Amino acid sequence: MNRIKSLADLKKLQSEVQSKIKLRENSNNPENLIQIKVSMATCGIASGARDTMNYLIEELDHQGIDAIVTQTGCMGYCYAEPTIELTIPGQKPVVYGYVNKTKALEIIEKHIKLNEMVDGIIPVAYSTIDNQ
Amino acid sequence: MKDLSLHILDIVQNSIRAKAKLIGIEITELPKENHLIITITDDGTGMSPEQLKSAIDPFYTSRTTRKVGLGLSLFKQNAEMTGGTFSLESELGKGTKVTATFGLNHLDRPVMGDLVGTLLLLICSSEAIDYVFKHQTPSGEFVLYTREIKQTLENVPLNHPEVRSFLKEMLHENLEQIQISE
Repeated sequence: MNRIKSLADLKKLQSEVQSKIKLRENSNNPENLIQIKVSMATCGIASGARDTMNYLIEELDHQGIDAIVTQTGCMGYCYAEPTIELTIPGQKPVVYGYVNKTKALEIIEKHIKLNEMVDGIIPVAYSTIDNQ
Repeated sequence: MKDLSLHILDIVQNSIRAKAKLIGIEITELPKENHLIITITDDGTGMSPEQLKSAIDPFYTSRTTRKVGLGLSLFKQNAEMTGGTFSLESELGKGTKVTATFGLNHLDRPVMGDLVGTLLLLICSSEAIDYVFKHQTPSGEFVLYTREIKQTLENVPLNHPEVRSFLKEMLHENLEQIQISE
């Protein structure tokens, strides 16, 4: 029978990870990290944004790519969900639409690793109620 | 929404947008009463009585990027379709409470889905928000306080890959023991 994990187990993990964290903090500066925002509104969630976000986090970690993946609100591209906004340090943000796991992997392999944009970019030319 | 875990994720986004610092997610499964109750509470900005009346209207939203707000109305519709009920309470400056009761055995009740995936995404994506997750069934109860987890981790972030992996396993193992809905 598997032992159920508890806070005591978490404390053991904490001490193991603690020393590794110090090295990681010294080399990381948020402005120098790749940032990915995943739109997590009703339209996005219904279209699979949760799985896209979890996949991005795990795949980037698996490939050893330092990136910050966060959720954000509706970006207004409900017709193209799931959408992500990718910001590579020193470059303007780029919004991709219809980002399922396959597209997410393509974005990682080509845009993030090779700096080659892929199909599916949404031009940022919308207007909101506020700025009409 | 395909499953209830996505509804939970969706409603919690409202709490996050309302600048909540403490969000409670409670799931109660009562086979004898044929009830599955999902309650989400927050200490966010809350709503005025006028906003509260309109909140369930799918054509009402506080967003500016679009003109519809479907989350609460879809959640309500799904609950009522299974013979259940829906209630929304809120007070400006204090917070909001959403309660949906589903017919546990009703044919139209969506499955629970990937609850672990939803909880992991919520817990690990924002250090600034505390969650209290409680799941009760006749088989037992599982309660998780992210405040306790953060205290145990000290300065190790929640989104550290090994912490994520640990939390994923912990949630799976504990929920497997008690969860009834698939």
